[in-house]
Formats: sequence, C-alpha cells, structure tokens
Amino acid sequence: MNKVITKALITSAVSAAVIAGSVQAASITAVSWGGAYTKSQVEAYHKPWAAATGNTIVSEDYSGGLAEVKAQVEAGNVTWNLVDVELSDAVRGCDEGLFESIDASILPDGADGSSAADDFLPGTVTDCAVGNIVWSTIVAYDGSKMSGVATMADFFDTAKFPGKRGLRKGPKPNLEMALMADGVPAKYVYALLNTDAGIQMAFDKLDTIRDSVIWWEAGAQPPQLLADGEVAMTTAYNGRIFNAVAAEGKPFEIMWDGQVWDLDLWVIPKGAPNMAETLDFIKFSTGTQALADQASWISYGPVRKSSAALVGSYHNQPDLDMAGHMPTAPENFGNALQNDFEFWADNQDQLNERFNAWLAK
Amino acid sequence: MSTTKELIEQDGISLKDKLAKATKVQKRRALLLTMPLVIFLLVSFVMPIGQMLWRSVHNPTVSNVIPNFAIAIQQWDGNALPSESVFEVFVKDLVTAKKNREIGKTVGNLATRINYDIPGSRSLFTSTARKAKKLKAPFKESLLKLNKKWANPTLWLSLKRNSKDLTPAFYLAAMDLKYDERGNIVKADDLYQIYMSNFIKTIKLSAIITAICILLAYPIAYVLSVLPLRQSNLLMICVLLPFWTSLLVRTTAWIAILQTQGVVNDILVFLGFLSDDGRVQMIYNQTGTIIAMVHILLPFMVLPLYSVMKTISPTYMKAALSMGARKSYALRKIYLPLTIPGLGAGTLLVFILAIGYYITPALVGGEDGLLISNLIAYHIQKSLNWSLGAALGAILLVTVLVLYWLYNKLIGIDNLKFG
Repeated sequence: MNKVITKALITSAVSAAVIAGSVQAASITAVSWGGAYTKSQVEAYHKPWAAATGNTIVSEDYSGGLAEVKAQVEAGNVTWNLVDVELSDAVRGCDEGLFESIDASILPDGADGSSAADDFLPGTVTDCAVGNIVWSTIVAYDGSKMSGVATMADFFDTAKFPGKRGLRKGPKPNLEMALMADGVPAKYVYALLNTDAGIQMAFDKLDTIRDSVIWWEAGAQPPQLLADGEVAMTTAYNGRIFNAVAAEGKPFEIMWDGQVWDLDLWVIPKGAPNMAETLDFIKFSTGTQALADQASWISYGPVRKSSAALVGSYHNQPDLDMAGHMPTAPENFGNALQNDFEFWADNQDQLNERFNAWLAK
Repeated sequence: MSTTKELIEQDGISLKDKLAKATKVQKRRALLLTMPLVIFLLVSFVMPIGQMLWRSVHNPTVSNVIPNFAIAIQQWDGNALPSESVFEVFVKDLVTAKKNREIGKTVGNLATRINYDIPGSRSLFTSTARKAKKLKAPFKESLLKLNKKWANPTLWLSLKRNSKDLTPAFYLAAMDLKYDERGNIVKADDLYQIYMSNFIKTIKLSAIITAICILLAYPIAYVLSVLPLRQSNLLMICVLLPFWTSLLVRTTAWIAILQTQGVVNDILVFLGFLSDDGRVQMIYNQTGTIIAMVHILLPFMVLPLYSVMKTISPTYMKAALSMGARKSYALRKIYLPLTIPGLGAGTLLVFILAIGYYITPALVGGEDGLLISNLIAYHIQKSLNWSLGAALGAILLVTVLVLYWLYNKLIGIDNLKFG
C-alpha cells in the first residue's frame, strides 16, 4: 500500500513539473537607448506583445556602440536577446560576425496589403537587421526668444543670431552640417567629405563659431541647455526636443533644414538564446500597427510606408497631430541628408582623432 | 673566539631545528589563510589586466581571416606589388573568408583591422570580398581592374606587416607615430597628434587638482582633529555626505550652479559685481572640470590626513612653543613632518583617481574635458579598437607606476598611513 502511494506521489510530482515546464513563458531582454525613446518602445511594442503571447520582455538601457555585444559574443555568454542599434553599427556588426542573420521573408505584409519587401523603406532591412524608426539630428532653438531661423547657414551666423551654439562633441554630423551651411547641396556633401579639401572646408567652417560652442555628449543635454538658456541654438535628436515640447510644454522650435537622418534597427547578438521568441517579437514590433503606435509616443518616423496612414496624435493630447513632427514628413524633408554609414565606417576613427586634435588646440 | 654551544632539548633535537619546524607550520598556515585572497586577486585583477595587455600586442586578424595569404606574402620583398601567385592566394582566401561568419574570422574583421592603418580601406575589402567569387585568373590583373585602389603598394605593405601575430603598431599609434609608405616609423601628421599631448594634459590637470585638494583639505582635517568629539563628528558627517550621493547627481548640480544663467552668476549680477552681459563662464571649460573634480576628490584627501592628525599628540607642538619657536616655525618643522604619512596617502589616492576620471570632465569640461581616459573609453566602447585602448591603458599604467616609484623614492612607501 505504501509503495503504491509513494509511486503515485512521485508520478504526480514529475508530471506537475513537466506541465509547469512546458507552459513556462520565455523571457527576452531588449536593449535600447533609454529615456523617452525606450518609453515609446515599452508602450508600443513590449506591453502589447507580452500581453498577446504571455512571454515576458525586459528592457535594458545602453549608450550605443557594439562594445557590450562584442564582449558577450566573444565570451560566448550572451544575455541580450535584442539590441536597437544605428545603421552603421548594424552593418559593421553584421560584417564582423557579431549578429545572427535574419531571414527577411518572415516579416509580415503591411496592413495595406503590400508585401514586406515593398512596404519597408529601401535600405531598412539588411542581412542581420530589421529597421524600426527614422530619427534625425536637427537644429533646435527657443521659439519664445528668437524667430526667423530658416537655414543651416543661420546656425553658423552668430552675427545675425547672437548667442552660444550647442554641438555634439564629435565629427558626426557636425562636418556634414558645416558643409551644408557653406551652401553645399545635400547630395554632394559626402562626395566632398571624401576629399581632403572638403574636410578642411568643414573644419574651417566649424572654426568660425568655435568660441561660442558648448559641446554636449548625452542626448538629454541639448533640451536642458536650451531650457537653462545656456545656448541660443543647438543640434539635438528630434525626438528629445519633441518630448520637451509635448510632455513638458517648452516653447522649443525645430529647424528642419539640413537635417541629418539615420535609421535604428533591431539586431540579435550571435548565440543569443530564445531565438524563436525574439524573432516573433521582431515580427510584431516592426508590423504596421506597432510602428504607427510608437509614433504616438515620440516623433520618430516608422520605416513602413503603410504606417504613415495610421499615425495619429500624441498619446495623451488628441489635438497634437504627430504627422507634421516626423523627420520624413514632406514639409520637413526638403533639404535632408541621409547619414552615409559606409563613409563613417571607413573614416570614423581617423576623423575622430582629427576632431579631438582640433578641439585640443 | 667564542663558540656558541648548540642547545639540545631533552628529546635530542636541537632548539634551532624545533624553532624552524614551528615557524614552518606558522608560515604554511599564514599562506593558506591568504591563498583565497591571492587567488581572488589573480582571477579578478591580474588575469583580466594581463589579457588586455596581451591584446595590445596580439594581432592575429590577418592570419586568422586569410591564413594562406599570411604565409605567402612573407615571400614578397616589399618592392612594387606582390607576384601573381600571391594575388591568387589572396583572392582564394577572400572567397573562403566571405563564407565564414565566426567572430574574429570574418572579412569585416580584416577590413576593420587594415582600416586602422589605411583609413578608407574598409569598404574596399568588403566590396571586393562580395565580388571575389567572380574573379578569374590572371588574378592580379582582374583585382586591379575591379578596383584600382589595390594597386597601392602601401596597402600590401600593411597586409604584409600585419600578417605577423605580434605588432608594435598599437603602441606606435598611442605615441602619435605611424608607418609611412615605405614602412618606416615616422611622426603622425600634425592634424592627428592627440595622444601624447593628452597624456601630459591629464597629468598636469591631475597635479593641479591634487595640489588644490591638499591646500583645502589640510585646514579641514586640522580643524576636525582638534575639535571636541561631538562637533568633529558633526563636521565629519558633512565631509562624508557627498559620498552618499550619486556621482552624476553631484556633477549635474555643479552644472546648475556654475552655468552662465546659474546660481553663482545670478547672485553676482544681483549684487552688482557683474553686468548681465558680463557673466563669467565657469562651466564647460577647464575651470568647471577643476571645481567639480576637487569637490568629488576632497574627501579622499581629508580622511587620511584626519586620521593621521588625530594620532599626533598636542604635546609636541606645545613643547616646541615652550622652547621658544614661533608658531609658523613649529608648524613647519614639527607638525608638518608628522603628517607626511597621511599627506602621502591622500596625494597618492587623489592623483591616481584623478588620472582615471572621465565622466565628470566629459560632462562639465566642454572643449577641455577630453582626458586620456575619455580616449581609452572611446576606443573600448565606440571604435572597438580594443588593442589601441589596451595600448593607451598600458602606457597609463606604466606612467602611474613610474610616478609611484618616484613617490616611493621621495617619501617612502613604509611611510604610508591610511588611518
């Protein structure tokens, strides 16, 4: 009798464990840039996906670059399932074997019926990465303190618009903006930067405002500099400025002329666990509706054409229409330059050294 | 001549032998007790740093990605371009490497490595590897037709140099030197001279910060040591309070206080010392860096000084004064030498910490806020040139060791007292 009871207990315990194991939900870690951007992803992608599939998704912050991914992949101990990277990092990491390849055929069609290949903007899906947003570096100023800022040349004109300028500490994208301020049309900027004379021209233009520049490093600094009155105009990431305007009511204005835009993409570090769930999340978060939803939290443009029709208003302000605040909106896209990742992959280290040497003089 | 008779115990063994045996047991016990610490230091300190230092000379990329070529290119004498057979091996190796997606063995790794030597060559390698399968014999001709950048002998010289597993190239780059077209070592272009001047700037700035910390900390520590216990405890809490706040919060607070529209400038304008247009720029320059870093590092100077000063008996100063010395003379000749251990400890601590700081200078230093640790962090985090970062780190390590040796000569390590 005792033996029967013992056997029954053991069997039920084992089967309970098996059942519990089989319905155990997977947990994946998605890594992104923090602040308002991560919040938009959590609201538009993480929460709906977790609710729909029952899996858990954890959000971590990082400050860009491939160092952590490289360290994890080299050590063979990958804890990050998904990373949101810039296009230059996506291409570089793929070339150097840091990412898993993603088969583009798994991506769903757009909500308007177009195939994924047609729906995604060109260049936003690569061998190892699937794009999610378009973001841009723009010039921002305090609308209540000045007006009439129309072109990139105005940013470099301290006589007409006195006051300090904020620039990101580094050659990118200051060199492009300097050339555009000198009157170089966007399509010739990188051709010019591929020559020594062009680079010297860019540095000479930067020299003209050098004494009035406050150099910033973190994306959160430019809105703070504007709010403190420390600078009259500054370059910034457009989503951060929009966030200051919409969520904190600041009177900032964006000048879209000479914007330098770039993509962010999802990548999977090589050797990451839970591939099936991670790919499922990528399919969900780069779908038409999810991309349109993130646009209601922050003013970054979706990479799917079908999402444009679904972009509505800011999540808690129905009369704030998001469409006009996207980098890709037609009225903002007049003189826009796409960041050339190939040029920067080749020349970033050297130009960075030159920039630091120039700054130190 | 006196002879010492050996003492023999009752059981026949000499006292000397017994003593030796007893101390051996003691020594072994002591060794076993410290073994965990030694192992911990080895695993968490010596090994990782050793690995990083190894990275600064280890250069296996070319021989990992295109191994047959690495062997074949050694036969080339370095004049004009390599022979057709070397080109053939190169193309065949590229085709094989293109299929490899293992980290460290991809064409991308090779492209990045050569790009450090010859900027702009990264896209050359990646685009050629994509088309390498279609190339046919004669390979030299077809490769040069594909892209005339392959006719650059400097590129092939660089490939030949980097086919060796050990290289001084990263240390050369860290010292602002480079290889020219013929493979000789020359000074880098004036436009790119950054590292050596930055080292010197970092050391100078750290020395200034240490000096200011000494000047400020000495009176504070002295007051703390002579006050009665209750008041000194209260003041000690004030000294320790910054430790309990986050570093970034303290740095941001300084930005709010020192900026041109900030608290200090507003007060000075209000009191009439400055006009509204003549506000002083105290942040985003070297002044801001010095102020913020002195604030953060001051407790590290105060605490060792305080603990040493507390142990100095007041009778020494009283004795000196009673023998007719002036107060300043007694301070200089009696009190100061007694505090040297604490001063030495504090100086060492503050200086070494100051050399390694990069977050604070990056946030408040503006144009001037680029120190050597920023550059090392850039290479580790952004450019992923870990070898160059390791080389810079190794030079920094050697610098600090040299300064430490100097300090030992002047003050003596045995004179160190942290409290």
